[in-house]
Amino acid sequence: MEEELMNKKRPIISTGGRGPAAGEKKRLPMAARYAINAVLVLVVLVIGELMIDGGTITRYQSTVLEQVGVYIILAVSLNIATGYLGQLPLGHAGFMSVGAYGCAIFVMRMGDLLGVGMRDFTTGTPLSILIVIAGLVFGGLCAAIAGVIIGIPALRLKGDYLAIITLAFAEIIRVVMLNIDSALGFTLTRGAKGLTGIPGYSSFLLVFGCVALVCFLIHTMMKSRHGRAILAIRDNEIAAEASGVNTTYYKTLAFVVSAFFAGVAGGLYAGCIGVLQPAYFGFMKSIEILVMVVLGGMGSMLGSALSATVLTILPEALRAFSEYRMIVYAVVLILVMIFRPQGLLGSYDFSLSRIIERVMNRDFPWKKKAESAAKEAAGEEVSADAER
Amino acid sequence: MLKNISRRQFVSGSAVTALALGLVGCGGNGGDSNGGSEGGNIKVGIMGPHSGDNAQYGLACLNGAQLYFDQLNEDGGINGKQIETFVYDEKGDATEAVNAYNSLVQNDGVTGIVGDVTTIPSIAVAQASVADNMPCVTPSATAADVVTYGTNTFRACVTDPVQGVVMADFAAKQGYKNVATLYKTGDDYNEGVNKAFCEEAESLGITITTQESYSDGDVDFNTQITNILATNPDAILLPNYYNEDGMIVTQARQQGYEKVFLGVDGWSGIYGGSENYADAADLHDCYYCCAFSASNESEVTKQFIEDYEAAYDETPTNFCALGYDAAMVLAAGLTAAEEAGLEPGSDDYKQAVIDGIFASTVDGVTGSISYEDNGDPVKSSLIITFAEDGSEVTFDTIEA
Repeated sequence: MEEELMNKKRPIISTGGRGPAAGEKKRLPMAARYAINAVLVLVVLVIGELMIDGGTITRYQSTVLEQVGVYIILAVSLNIATGYLGQLPLGHAGFMSVGAYGCAIFVMRMGDLLGVGMRDFTTGTPLSILIVIAGLVFGGLCAAIAGVIIGIPALRLKGDYLAIITLAFAEIIRVVMLNIDSALGFTLTRGAKGLTGIPGYSSFLLVFGCVALVCFLIHTMMKSRHGRAILAIRDNEIAAEASGVNTTYYKTLAFVVSAFFAGVAGGLYAGCIGVLQPAYFGFMKSIEILVMVVLGGMGSMLGSALSATVLTILPEALRAFSEYRMIVYAVVLILVMIFRPQGLLGSYDFSLSRIIERVMNRDFPWKKKAESAAKEAAGEEVSADAER
Repeated sequence: MLKNISRRQFVSGSAVTALALGLVGCGGNGGDSNGGSEGGNIKVGIMGPHSGDNAQYGLACLNGAQLYFDQLNEDGGINGKQIETFVYDEKGDATEAVNAYNSLVQNDGVTGIVGDVTTIPSIAVAQASVADNMPCVTPSATAADVVTYGTNTFRACVTDPVQGVVMADFAAKQGYKNVATLYKTGDDYNEGVNKAFCEEAESLGITITTQESYSDGDVDFNTQITNILATNPDAILLPNYYNEDGMIVTQARQQGYEKVFLGVDGWSGIYGGSENYADAADLHDCYYCCAFSASNESEVTKQFIEDYEAAYDETPTNFCALGYDAAMVLAAGLTAAEEAGLEPGSDDYKQAVIDGIFASTVDGVTGSISYEDNGDPVKSSLIITFAEDGSEVTFDTIEA
């Protein structure tokens, strides 16, 4: 039975399906599931904030954590386009830069307009928080517009052609950022000089609040009708189209949503570091994000988040061995790709409620073998669904 | 009835896990030590790009700064305490620079920093360091922004516009009446120097006959030179880097121009370095301003070159000298704070270092350095010209 299960191809995100007869298993009500997860997110945010206030987490560590959060958002958003839609875009850093510049310029201009100083953003007055949230949305929208412009022509292509065209578009974005000021004769991105003096509005709470929100939104989207359409396109585009899925629409939708969240991540990055220069958002940055997704497992949100965390912390943790850290980084990648080509987690995704339900049903992995053996001995049919 | 995977909630779960992992992963990164100089050492950070595209600048500054601290330690340190240096490579990346800065302050507990080296990371560090009031001395970041975020950031070099002003004053002193300029567009350095030069020159009564420009990657400047020669200038300002300046000088001399060229510190290395970018015969009547030249006859410079060659077995560049001077500036501040007997790492100590830097005048390798009301130094500049064999000669020293 176990082997049979293993051989079955599991969907990346299970769409539910018909469970066994009612009454057999206890289930958590939907509201309770939301409540448990919401409470847990809140608890983690509050504990993290208290630890930072209390000095248990130093500012060095919290700055690194903010960068971890930014990369988690980047990786899970790219995962929509690679893992769920099944395309290979190489221009994620381009969207990130659009969002970063959009948000930073918005926040700086609005700050000047409404008289909110640099200090207010760091301490977080109500007006400044409002401006930052509006700025993040604005940055995301700018990136989404860039996503539409790039997505419509690019998504007519597939595979390596798509990779190259998105790569080219990201380079165009970078060069536009570099030259738009001198070409049009105004001050917007400040070109090669870099955009400086961005208020440090990113905080642990803001970044990880965004991480939780982004993960939640992506999850709910992928569970909806739209998400199923996207998964259907990945599995077989022709079959999906034949079944009445508007493939162009859904491909563009996935791409644009991916771009939107990348833009939000860019906005958070700008507030974390305080300076932006176009050179930072080069081709290698896109590759770096793609590596995170592939390493974690394409289609696994937990995998993306996990590898984003590890790959951001690793270079910092290995600072003492700075001569060797890039080698370690590369060796980790090579080993994972040789021994686990599907990524660390493959397509596995974590569900807390699933675990709770198992505990409620006393359905532990170590009990299962004994149980099924006993049932088989009793001549009962054990359905594959019940096993899971 | 257990469904395959429960709907809608696993994502928040993954976020929680990621968070928890993030916290665990970061937890082991070393403890917090704001203590400053336990064990009787004064802790100082040196940061810069020691690998990557800008490594040559970062390593030169590092060598210079390290040399100074080593010498200081041999002479007994400050107030009987040895200087302990913590070196961080930020690869020329602003993110790494901020992380390196935070790590220096939080994990190593430094009381002052020599860095950062290049412009954008320096600005990122300057913005981050304001909250700590951490004394930072950058050897080489020339952008005006760097010292504007707080009073805690200083630089050992002069800004681009200052060099333009120095050369305009020099041109007026030499009696040039008509000056043309030829600069590269799209670069802060070239445009900044050119603008400052033209403004200062016009206020001094010099006529700017024409301002010609070229783009990155150009190798043929004959069109611009023809235009310039048509205006018959006494001198031509070339506020660019040595490789392009070398080509321009060569092409202008071929067109028969025998008068003066003016330049700024980008000219450093045009002749006698790893490669010669212009013929020695063409470099007559060329003058550029620079903070440091091996041709300088002053005692401090000679001693520095000797020590540097002994320590690293190579001839020091401008950046090595600036790194050395930045370390000297920081040490002057630290001396003041140590003499006041303050607790290292305390707010008073940091402020005392900053006040000490403002109060002292440092007799550095690149001239005497003092600070008046912000982190921009008041310092002298050298005017360098070339001998017949192409070797550099110090023509004049312009006091601030």
